[in-house]
This record gives sequence, C-alpha cells and structure tokens, in this order.
Amino acid sequence: MISNIIIQIGSFLLVLLACVIPLGRYMAKVYGETPPMQRFFGPIERLIYRLLGIDAKTEMNWKHYAVALLGFNGVGLLLLYGLQRVQAWLPLNPQQLPAISADSAFNTAASFVSNTNWQGYAGETTMSYLTQMLGLTVQNFVSAATGMAVLIGLIRGITRRSSSTIGNFWVDLTRSTLYILLPLSLVLSLVLVSQGVVQSLNTSQTIELLQPIVNVDGQTISQQTIALGPAASQIAIKQLGTNGGGFFNVNSAHPLENPTPLSNLLELLSIVLIPAALCYTFGIMVGDKRQGWAILATMTIILLGFTALAVGAEQAGNPLYQKLGIDDQASALQAGGNMEGKETRFGIVNSALWATVTTAASNGSVNSMHDSYTPLGGLAPMVLMQLGEVVFGGVGSGLYGMLIFAIITVFVAGLMVGRTPEYLGKKIEAFEMKMAALIILIPCVTTLLITAIAVSSDAGKATVFNSGAHGFSEVLYAATSAANNNGSAFAGLGANTPFYNTWLGIAMLVSRFWLIIPTLAIAGGLANKKLIPQSAGTLPTHTPLFVGLLIGVVLIVGALTFIPALALGPIVEHLLMSL
Amino acid sequence: MRTFLRPALAAIIIFSVLTGIIYPVLVTAIAQVAFPSQANGSLIEQAGVQRGSALIGQQFDQAGYFWGRLSATGPVPYNAAASSGSNYGPLNPSLAEAVQARIAALKAADPNNPLPIPVDLVTASASGLDPEISPAAALYQVQRVATARGLTQSQVQQLVEQHTSQPTLGILGEPRVNVLQLNMALDQIKAID
Repeated sequence: MISNIIIQIGSFLLVLLACVIPLGRYMAKVYGETPPMQRFFGPIERLIYRLLGIDAKTEMNWKHYAVALLGFNGVGLLLLYGLQRVQAWLPLNPQQLPAISADSAFNTAASFVSNTNWQGYAGETTMSYLTQMLGLTVQNFVSAATGMAVLIGLIRGITRRSSSTIGNFWVDLTRSTLYILLPLSLVLSLVLVSQGVVQSLNTSQTIELLQPIVNVDGQTISQQTIALGPAASQIAIKQLGTNGGGFFNVNSAHPLENPTPLSNLLELLSIVLIPAALCYTFGIMVGDKRQGWAILATMTIILLGFTALAVGAEQAGNPLYQKLGIDDQASALQAGGNMEGKETRFGIVNSALWATVTTAASNGSVNSMHDSYTPLGGLAPMVLMQLGEVVFGGVGSGLYGMLIFAIITVFVAGLMVGRTPEYLGKKIEAFEMKMAALIILIPCVTTLLITAIAVSSDAGKATVFNSGAHGFSEVLYAATSAANNNGSAFAGLGANTPFYNTWLGIAMLVSRFWLIIPTLAIAGGLANKKLIPQSAGTLPTHTPLFVGLLIGVVLIVGALTFIPALALGPIVEHLLMSL
Repeated sequence: MRTFLRPALAAIIIFSVLTGIIYPVLVTAIAQVAFPSQANGSLIEQAGVQRGSALIGQQFDQAGYFWGRLSATGPVPYNAAASSGSNYGPLNPSLAEAVQARIAALKAADPNNPLPIPVDLVTASASGLDPEISPAAALYQVQRVATARGLTQSQVQQLVEQHTSQPTLGILGEPRVNVLQLNMALDQIKAID
C-alpha cells in the first residue's frame, strides 16, 4: 500500500518537475524583450494591439496598471452577468435553459472574474453552451492572464532600479493568453478528448438501459439521458488557469470530464503546472535561479505534508465500516479506505492527492466529494486554502502571494537581528510592510467574518446539509474557499441562495482585487528604489535556512488565525468519530 | 478615463472572440474529426440500439447482473443528466442508513456468501455515475450472478478477469471492472431466464 502511495505521488511530482524548467524558461522569454515564435504569434499580437488602440512600448506606473486591470475586469464582470441574465433568448441553448437569477448570476460573474470558480449552480442543468463558452471559458482565460500580469508587474518592480513604471498591462494580458494559456489549452483539450472527455455541440444523448429500473412512484424507467457539451475545451483551461469551474456538476469526478487515470494525471498536473513553472520564470527574471528554486521547494514541502495527512486519514477510513463488518483494507483488489464520495478509478490516493493539490493551488476543481471526507482528510484542503493560497496558489497570484510572505519573512528575520530588512537587493520599508499586512489580513478577516455571519443568521443556517460539527465545517469551508479565491466546496451546503450568492460573491471580489491593488503598490514602491549592494548582514534568500523560515511564517500566520475555528469544525468532529 | 475604457472594451471583445468562439469551435472541429466516438460520449451500440456509454454507469439491482456503486443522483440513481454525490459527512446518520440498506440488499440476494463485503460496494461514488467497481467488489458478486444465471462460478470469474482493467502503465490509478460492459458480456453468454 505504501509503495502504491509513493508511486502515484512520486510519478506526479516527477513529471511536474520535468516540465518546470522548459515551461519556466519559455514564459521568461514571453515576458521579455523578444517573445518566442514571433513568426506565428507576432502578427496576431500586433493586430490585437492595433484593435486595442494602444502603443505596446508605452509603460505604465503602478496606478495606471491597476486602473487598466480594474477597468478590464469590471467590464468583464458586467458582461458575464448580462450574458447569464439573457441566455434564454440567445443561440446555442439546445436544452432551452432559462435565464439565471440575479443573485446567482452576480455570484457566478464575481466567481469567474476573480479566478475563483466557486459554483453555486449545477453546470449541465443551468448554463447554456453559449454561456459556458462565451462567458465562463473567456473569464477562465483572462482571469488567469490577469493574475499572471500582476505577478510579472511585481517581478519587474523587484528587478528594476529607480524606475517609475512596471510594464504595460495590456501587453502582459495579451502575451499570457496568446503565448501561454491558449496553446497549452489547445493541446490539453485534445488529449483529454482522446481519453473520452466529451466535446460536442449536440444536445444530450438518450440510450436504452440494459436493465430497466423502477422508480419510487412505481414507474418503469428504461432510458438514460447522458448530458454532453463542449466540455474538453473548458476543462483544459479550468485546470491550467487554476480556475476549477467544472462543466458538469461534480466537476472532474464526472466520468465524461475525467474518464481515465491518464486524464486524471494530466488534469492534476495542469493544476500546478503554470504556478510551479512561474517559480523558475521568477528565478530567471531576477537573475538568480536559486531564488526560484527556494520558493518552489517551500511550496512543495508544505504540499507534501498536507498530502500525507489527507491520504493517511482517507486510507484509515471511517470506523463505521469496520463496525458493520465491511472490508475496507487496501489490497491488490481494492483501494479500501473511505470510498464514500470517491470514484473507483481514482481510489484513495489519487482522490486525496487531488484534494490537496487543488486547494494548495487556488484551483478548486475536485475529483472526489470533499464533504464526505473524514474530518482530518477534510481539514487538510481547508487549511491549505487558509494559508492564503500561496502554496502554488493561483496562476500568478500564488507566486505574488508567496513573494509577499517572503517579504514578511525577511522583515521578521530583520527584526530578530536588528537590521533593515531587504529582499533581492531592495530595502523593505514601512510602506511595503503596511501593504503586505493588508494582503495577509484581508482574506483572513473575510473568511472569519463571513463564517460568523452565516452561522449566526437563519438564512445562513437554513441550507446547511450535514448536522453538528460537520455542518459548521461546511460553512467554514465555503467562506474559506470564497475568501481565498479557491472555489472548491463541501458541496452539501446549499449555496445557491440569495444569502450565500451575495456574501460569497462579495468575498471573492474583495479578496481578489483588494490583494491585487496593494500588490501592485508594492511593485511600484520597489521599482522606485535603488539597488543596495549585498553585505555580510544580508540574509540570503535562497538557502535551506530561508526555506525553513518561510515555511514557518506561512504556517504560523495560518495556524494562529484559524485554529480556533478549526477546533469547532473538523477537530471536534475527529474526536467524535473516534469515540 | 477614455484612455482606459476603450482598450478595456476592445480587449474583452477580442478575447471573447479568440477564447470564447475560435478556441472552442476549433477544438470541437478537430475532436469531431479525430476522436468522433470519444467526443460524443463513448456510446456503445448493439444491434442498432444505443445501450449506454462505456464511461457512464447504469443502475443494476437484479441478482443476475453485477451491481455497481451506490448512486446519489436524483430523482433516479445513475441519472446522467444531473451528476451528484451524496455529500454525507462521515458521521451523518443517513450515511450509516444507506450503507446498512445496501448490506441488507446484498445479503438478501445472496444469503450464503461467506466473503466480506468490499467498501466500494456499500458507498456512493462522487459522480453518482461511476461506471466501475473494484475487482474485489466484482469477485464478491460472482457466486450470486452465477447462481442466478445457471452458469458455473469459474465461467463468471473468467469473464470478470477479462473485464478487469489494470492501472494504466502498471502504476496510474486503480484496478477496476466496468460493470455495464461486464453485464453486456454476460447477456451475450446466456440471457437471464
């Protein structure tokens, strides 16, 4: 059994690491002076700039960069909201689905624009093909590209000296989409189709059941209707762009969304592919690859720790089964463990690994139902989100979040020895620290505040599905997921209500854009500074010591904030389960 | 203000066309040509009738068929138009009830089975559409299916082994048995009396 765990997780990590260097190098070129494959991409890129009416050579200061970003995302938010409200009267709606309610449309628009992909609705029974393609898929691309643009702006801020600008938002947005996200998605979606993921504009298919069944009303049912749709193209980008919003209700647990172990490995890999490779890109751009490796090592170590916890808890299973004489021991013939809410082809290891990878990254797609996890198995993904989505995190946003933690770490270390902190040759001063504190605090406050509002109001409690401590976990998980732009859920919670749609929608927007603005402010502040030469008192930020310090700061900030809340949910549930 | 609004509006239109129309239509066109079966749901046709999808489970509760995972979809199990898990927490009394009901059904259909019931046979899948069960869950049902169909246990066991998929490349995923395809193969050998 242990060997199976090591093989499954090891093969995933090995393939990931093999992709980090080539993709990281490619992305560094994309954001540099001369992007690769100019013959093919060059004309398209220049055409886009002409249509936008911008001069690609004109750079922006951080405030202009932020305004451009907010304007673009604001327009996208309104458009996606409008599209859902009028989908009933638009083409490509073979199931003739009605328009979506105002609160649900707001929630979904906020969710996809903020790269969260929290889904209060059920995909195959709510969204027309046109909405899925022209609304959701588009935001999957551009919200990911927005995150990457902010990261590149921050890295430029770190590397430039005495500069007032951090790049051009339109250029960074265009290049992220055109050179990186589109080609990767095209290849991935076709490989997924080869595995059995559907990609069709036809309506659903009806088949004759082998064995007709009798429903509760005594009627015989002899047919099965299978929902189809243009799924693969959306699934590819929802994995690659750390979006996570599934085409079908059960996301990547659906056999037509993730049919085989190979499709599972590829989708899993795609979750962390760009966030991991961006670490290497960062190393190249700051002229010291060791800096990128140190960050990647930090992320991988934290992820592996929580993966071990989740796999261990799920494999140990639910005492209920042993009490009833069920065989839940892993063997060559079965995965064993807590199989409630898990698919046979993924078993325990690939389900629990996915649960931790998707929450370490701010992806939020699922291939098993987190609500049915054991208490500690469900605690692992919850805590990974509560760490602020910096362990891989979202594309771009994860790394800029982690760089903020690096800044806080050099500050803490500087306090200990009484020196002015510096990171990569830039002095860290009061302004940067104020912004960094905001970035750390906003998601924490949002999470706890919304949990408190929900569990103390009737509207919040009305749609909790499981009772007791697990019910509290459902609410805490939802608030955590929204306030950290993850999007996964303890899906028993009935979240498609005006109460949750509104509050979680606000949380997603606040946590996305009120972190982006201070991050860009730090970028602008750092770009303005002079480079200070390294001295004997400089804390090196590429060493195992720094990796250890950074892990410590990330874990301690998360733990101090959330242990009381976790004690009321998963921890007390764990104690109850062992009674 | 105009210097920001103009490119913002133009950008959302351009990227909508590029990623919302050109990209999915291109993928659909290539997929329909290169992988027509997979792109349309991997349907299984038999004598001109669509009997199901190789990737989507169906509900079986007759003794002569292998049974799949529990399905939490509504209003009927294995409703492939509305996927859903049970979302029962580990201590939810409804979970214990569902497990006990399944144990009772399995025991009633096959009272003399000495094997312990494998866990995947009493738990609901994540999608409610899981097409597969573990080899242990299939082997547990061999005696019942053989008796109901008047076949020998070794005949049925051989069929199970033929329909067992090993982990991809020997390492990825879990060993498993496709329930619909196994049951169709059973019908080929000998129809239920």
